[in-house]
Amino acid sequence: MRKEAFGPPSVSARKARASRIPWDAAYQNLLGAFALFVFVVAALIVYECARGASPAVLAYGWRFLVSSDWDPVAEHFGALPYLFGTAMSSGLALLLAVPLGLGTAVFLAELAPKGVGKVVSFVIEALASIPSIVYGIWGFFVLAPFLRTAIEPWLGSHLGFIPLFQGFPFGIGMLDAGIVLAIMILPTIVSLTRELLLATPRSLLEASLALGSTRSEAIAVVVDAARPGILGAVILALGRALGETMAVTMVIGNTNRISLSLFAPGATMSSVIANELTEATTALHQASLIEIALVLFLVTLLVNAAGRLLVLWATGGRRDVAGAA
Amino acid sequence: MIRVSRRATEWMAGLVAISTLAAMAPGCRAQSLTGAGATFPYPIYSKWFDVYHQKTGVTINYQSIGSGAGIQQVKAGTVDFGASDAALSDDKLRDMPRPVIHFPTVGGAVVLAYNLPDLKGRLQLTPDVVTGIFMGKIPTWNDKRIASINPGVELPGSPILPVHRSDGSGTTNIFTMYLSSVSSEWKNTIGYNTAVSWPAGVGGKGNEGVAGLVRQQPGSVGYVELAYAKQNKLPYALLKNKAGNFVDPTLASVTEAIEGASDRLAKDVRTPIVNSAKGGAYPICGLTYLLVYRDSKDTAKAKALAEFIQWAIHDGQDMAESLDYAKLPAAVVKVDDANLMKLTSNGKPLLASR
Repeated sequence: MRKEAFGPPSVSARKARASRIPWDAAYQNLLGAFALFVFVVAALIVYECARGASPAVLAYGWRFLVSSDWDPVAEHFGALPYLFGTAMSSGLALLLAVPLGLGTAVFLAELAPKGVGKVVSFVIEALASIPSIVYGIWGFFVLAPFLRTAIEPWLGSHLGFIPLFQGFPFGIGMLDAGIVLAIMILPTIVSLTRELLLATPRSLLEASLALGSTRSEAIAVVVDAARPGILGAVILALGRALGETMAVTMVIGNTNRISLSLFAPGATMSSVIANELTEATTALHQASLIEIALVLFLVTLLVNAAGRLLVLWATGGRRDVAGAA
Repeated sequence: MIRVSRRATEWMAGLVAISTLAAMAPGCRAQSLTGAGATFPYPIYSKWFDVYHQKTGVTINYQSIGSGAGIQQVKAGTVDFGASDAALSDDKLRDMPRPVIHFPTVGGAVVLAYNLPDLKGRLQLTPDVVTGIFMGKIPTWNDKRIASINPGVELPGSPILPVHRSDGSGTTNIFTMYLSSVSSEWKNTIGYNTAVSWPAGVGGKGNEGVAGLVRQQPGSVGYVELAYAKQNKLPYALLKNKAGNFVDPTLASVTEAIEGASDRLAKDVRTPIVNSAKGGAYPICGLTYLLVYRDSKDTAKAKALAEFIQWAIHDGQDMAESLDYAKLPAAVVKVDDANLMKLTSNGKPLLASR
């Protein structure tokens, strides 16, 4: 029996066979071209963004990222308020969604009766298919008045000594954006974590129960085993929160002022692009917005890469767990 | 064989005859024009394009992608005309590959919509108060600067929340141009543009975003287009004009404002019309423009476009008011007419004088 029968055929064997069957070679090349196409598109996006942003890069250099002055009239452009807004809204979303998402996932995977688990999972996955404009409308017309009249005044009067909860309750603002984002990224966290927990070997759970753990201790062992994958799920969710545009634009209040308060309006990188690109009439304004797009693209790329590396490092390359992320 | 070929010949002859007829009859050869730009005049433009198509067969495709993008498209030469709520500055005109002519088509006003649920009657505002509110310098509604111009009206002690547009917009351009013309402080620290660095308040996306915020938040005041406020039944303020009268923004008071600026418009059609000196003029208003290259290569297209503009500024004006746009006063129509005569194709005038 030939050695290649068990593994992928060696390059020489593939070539030899390809030359015998010309259609096969053409087929392989075609699929290869498809795969290459993805890289070409990604590279073109970076190239076009960099080209479009070059006037702003030349004009401001690194100051673009640390200046908080965004004045289209005077043509001073600094992206700091938007970097800050993106970090704050996404951070808040993770803070709210991670505990909720992990708890839900553990319940669904380990504790819920089968029927309940299926129904709840279905509903949570349905959340992922709701268009972001619908979340925006909900955040604007339902959540914002509720925050303004009930939640924010309460937070202000009880926790008002913390800068996070100071200021006038507008309803719309960072808190609204963070909550809407948290709901939007919840399905990613829940469904991935649930899959990961279900994929962990049952023997782990059974072994720790056999050693005398309580049920919650045994679940902790399972969650611990799935930890790197869960981290991956959280990072994918972060990726969605960073780039979310429409819903955030509708509820964040859109001002370029940096404020520590969750009640204050702000803006994110994607929201300022959505707001200003169509009417950006000067070359520098347009270039600055494109530079923000470039930075956002690179940040999400870095976040994803960092996530993958973390997972790889945490698992020591164990593909069975890491692969699911 | 012979029969078949004879039949084929007949067919061919028929086809040739039909196509010749089609080419000869000018009415049958429908022109198709493309334009892009401002979103504000889109309702009236699409109405005009529709009516004009039924009348003449000329098809006009218009993409309302925003004034900024429209200007870019004109510059790139990808459209036959552009549309913008803000006139091009001298710098931007120089940037264009060839001379561009502005044609004002209709006027619009920007009103201050407010949410004061317990207020009886209409709120009255002055230029100083509007500037103060949007600079964040007037903290509450019962501030004496507001109370003194609203005698006999009980104003609440609640904080004022100014609401502005978050997206770049011709509406913002008109509003900030007005603030710049009434306040040197605003002019020097903020200025005017389709997007500015707002010193206070929150931003909503689009007219509907601003209106939504105003409707939700008691104590808020925001600027929206007159048409939008009317159609959505938002209360909006009377504003003191240059002549010292408190004026209700109506289509008539906008047309009067445009009329007041017609002498200056005759010299340069791009002149801002905010803060008109006429007695009954509402001060925050602007014109929306079509941008057309003065000379173009394609004579048939250029002629069709010139004829359309001529129709729009005369017959088309009657449709404006039903869609809440202010008509051009006769003096400005005259300016447009004179500019139409300047349009040429390969150096030859397109229209015979009317």
